[in-house]
Amino acid sequence: MTARIGVVTFPGSLDDRDAARAVHLAGAAAIPLWHADAELYGVDAVILPGGFSYGDYLRAGAIARFSAVMDSIVKAAGDGLPVLGICNGFQVLCEAHLLPGALTRNQHLHFRNRDQGLRIENNATAWTVGYQPRQEIVIPVKNGEGCYMADARTLDELEAEGRVVARYIRGNPNGSLHDIAAITNAAGNVVGIMPHPEHAVEVLTGPSIDGLGIFTSVLAHLGARV
Amino acid sequence: MARVVVDVMLKPEILDPQGQAVVNALPRLGVVDVASVRIGKRIEIEFEGAADLERARDIADKLLANPVIEDFTLRVEERPEVEQQ
Repeated sequence: MTARIGVVTFPGSLDDRDAARAVHLAGAAAIPLWHADAELYGVDAVILPGGFSYGDYLRAGAIARFSAVMDSIVKAAGDGLPVLGICNGFQVLCEAHLLPGALTRNQHLHFRNRDQGLRIENNATAWTVGYQPRQEIVIPVKNGEGCYMADARTLDELEAEGRVVARYIRGNPNGSLHDIAAITNAAGNVVGIMPHPEHAVEVLTGPSIDGLGIFTSVLAHLGARV
Repeated sequence: MARVVVDVMLKPEILDPQGQAVVNALPRLGVVDVASVRIGKRIEIEFEGAADLERARDIADKLLANPVIEDFTLRVEERPEVEQQ
């Protein structure tokens, strides 16, 4: 049976269509989910896309956290539902306490939009099983508040437990501590990533198709679980 | 109506790039003796009845501040009858 991957649209989401297209290209069905609707329609995994949910008012992701759909997602994530937050989605996952730390203004204050090298540091999560250990990929980064911050204890814990999923290589675009581009929760089902795998799934529009592995990974993960 | 004022500031150990940008701009004003500028947010909550400091604290803790990176303080503001300009 075709896997069903939910893609949430908040007011201000921008990359929900791209995420849905990436899901489709990976071979799954993209199911639109709506911020004000608590129903998850039996999806096998959920993606929180990039954009500026609720206008980034107060703090990026701060208000999206209290939407109806997030209550359901937080509960389902606790039961092992794979959840991926991309860019603004990563910010929402931190605000919802599904992931530790916070994403703050880029240290140099500039919005950064470029193709970015990453190294996959953990290929055991629900969203990275398809990558080789320490595989290097190039996908776009585009953010103004992508600087990953956490206290020293949290950083030590993330490093010790192998929960840094990807690190920036050949230049850190936003000042993130430990060059962190992506992290996971202890169970490995929730992943937040600041750069955009959904923009690197087709040769015509992306710098590579390296991002597709994120979406095929979750299908492999779901297939292995069944 | 009663007002509670919440001040949200980045924790001291968190880098404040906006504040740094302001420090870097000050020499253009001829100001060269400022060591540091930190930028925060001031939020005014108007209660319909009496000021409820405990509820304001709850609002600040859950929504207005992110405790990972920010601290907050709050106080009830006694307002004169005439609106300040």
